Amino acid sequence: MFKKLLIITLSIILLGSSVNAGSNGELSLSKEEQSEEIKDCFEKLNRATFAFNQGLDRSIIKPIAKSYRNLPEPIQKGTGNAVKNLSNLVTIPNNILQGDIKTAIINTARLAVNTTLGIFGTIDVANKMGFPKYEKEDYGQTLGSWGVGPGCYIVIPVLGPSTIRDTAGSFANIIGGDPWYNASVHGNNEFLSERVYIASKALSGIDFRANNIESLDNLETNSVDFYASIRSLYLQDRENKIKNNQRGNIEVIYKDDDWEEIDSK
Amino acid sequence: MKKFLILFFILGLNHNSVYSIEPDIFVQSTVNRASQILSKSISKEQKILELKSIAKDTVDIKGVGFYSLGQARKNLNISQKKRYLELFENYFLKSFSSRLSEYTNPKIEVYGKNKINENYTIVNSLLISTSERPEIKIDWRIYTKNPDNPLIRDLIIEGLSLARTQKEEFASILNSNDGNINALFIVLEEFSTN
Repeated sequence: MFKKLLIITLSIILLGSSVNAGSNGELSLSKEEQSEEIKDCFEKLNRATFAFNQGLDRSIIKPIAKSYRNLPEPIQKGTGNAVKNLSNLVTIPNNILQGDIKTAIINTARLAVNTTLGIFGTIDVANKMGFPKYEKEDYGQTLGSWGVGPGCYIVIPVLGPSTIRDTAGSFANIIGGDPWYNASVHGNNEFLSERVYIASKALSGIDFRANNIESLDNLETNSVDFYASIRSLYLQDRENKIKNNQRGNIEVIYKDDDWEEIDSK
Repeated sequence: MKKFLILFFILGLNHNSVYSIEPDIFVQSTVNRASQILSKSISKEQKILELKSIAKDTVDIKGVGFYSLGQARKNLNISQKKRYLELFENYFLKSFSSRLSEYTNPKIEVYGKNKINENYTIVNSLLISTSERPEIKIDWRIYTKNPDNPLIRDLIIEGLSLARTQKEEFASILNSNDGNINALFIVLEEFSTN
C-alpha cells in the first residue's frame, strides 16, 4: 500500500514539475505549441546518464541483441510479435482515454485473434486477415493528447530518453494501467510473476535493439554530437506519435518556418 | 503579327515543358543514379567519391548548411559564413556518402508528391524491404524555386527529419560553447579529416 502511495505521489510531483516547467520557460502546455523547443533542463546529468547507458549497451545489451539476431528467423519474428501483442493491453485503454473507440475495438479484436489463433501472439494473424496497421499508444501519448506539455527532456538509466510527461505516463502502467503488469505481479497465479513481467519487458527491449543495430551504428558514426541526435530523434518521434501523424506527414516539418527564410539561390 | 505572337507563345510554353523537371521524376532519377553506383562492384572509396558527385548535383548544400546553423547564421560575418560553408560542405558530403555507402543495391520506389507551395514539394517514396530490414518510408523535401533545377533540402525518414536532427546537433554544440562558432568549426573540421 505504501509502495503504491509513494508511486502515485511521485507521479503527481513529476506531472506537477512538468506543468511548472511548461509554464516557466520555452515549454508549452497547449496543443498548438507542442512542437516548440523542449528544454534539456538537466543536460549535464543527462549526458552522464547517456554515457552510462552507452557503456551498458556496448558491454551487455548490444552483444545480447547480436546473439538474438543469430536465432532462427521464426523465433525472432515470433518473439517480436508476442511482445507487440502484449503491448495491446496498454494501447487499448489509451485508445479509449483518447476517445478513439473505433481503434480500441479493432485492437481488442486484434488482441483476441492473435492471442488465440496466433498462439499467444507469436503469429500476427490479424495482419494476415487485413486488420489496419497497428500503432502503439501509451499513457505519455494520452497525456500529450490531453494538452499536457512534455516538461524537461530526461535520460533514464537503462531505459534511455524520455520527458517528464512520458516518465509520469510510464508510472501509470504500474499503478493499474497495464493489465499485463497487474496479472503478472498481483495475479496470484502459478504461471505469472514479476520476473515474467520483467523478462517480457527485457525481451521487448532486446528485440528493438536487434532491429536497430546498423541504423544506430550508422547514426553514431556520422553524428557530431550523438547525444543531441538521439534527443532530437526521440522528441520528433514522440511529437509525431502524440499528434497521431501518419509517418512522414509534412505537417510537423512544415511548421519549421526557418526554411522559408533561407533562399540560397 | 497575331500569328507570330501565337507561335511565340506556343514555343514559350513548349520551352517550359521541355526544361522544367517534375520533383518526383527528379527524385526517382537521383535514387536510380545512387542505386547504380551502390550496386557496382567497385571499392567503397570509389563509391563514396561517386556518391559525393551526385550529392553536389542534387542537394542544396548551401541551403541545408544555413538551415542547420539555425538563428546563429544571422550573427556570422562574411568571412565566417565563407569558412562555415566550406567546412559544412566537406562535413555534409562525408556524412551523406558514408551513410549511403553502407547500403548495397537499395530499391526505392517513388509513389507520390505533394506541392506545398511554389518553393517546396514533398515527394513520397518507399525503401523496399529486404530479409534484413523492414520497408522504410522516405519523404524528400524538394526545393523548387527554380523548376529547371530542383534540389533536395531534407530527407524525412519514417517521419524523422534529418535536417532538423542536424540543426539540433549544431545548436547543442553551440550551446555547450557559449555560442562560439569556432567550436563548431573545430568539430566540423575534425569530422571531415578523421
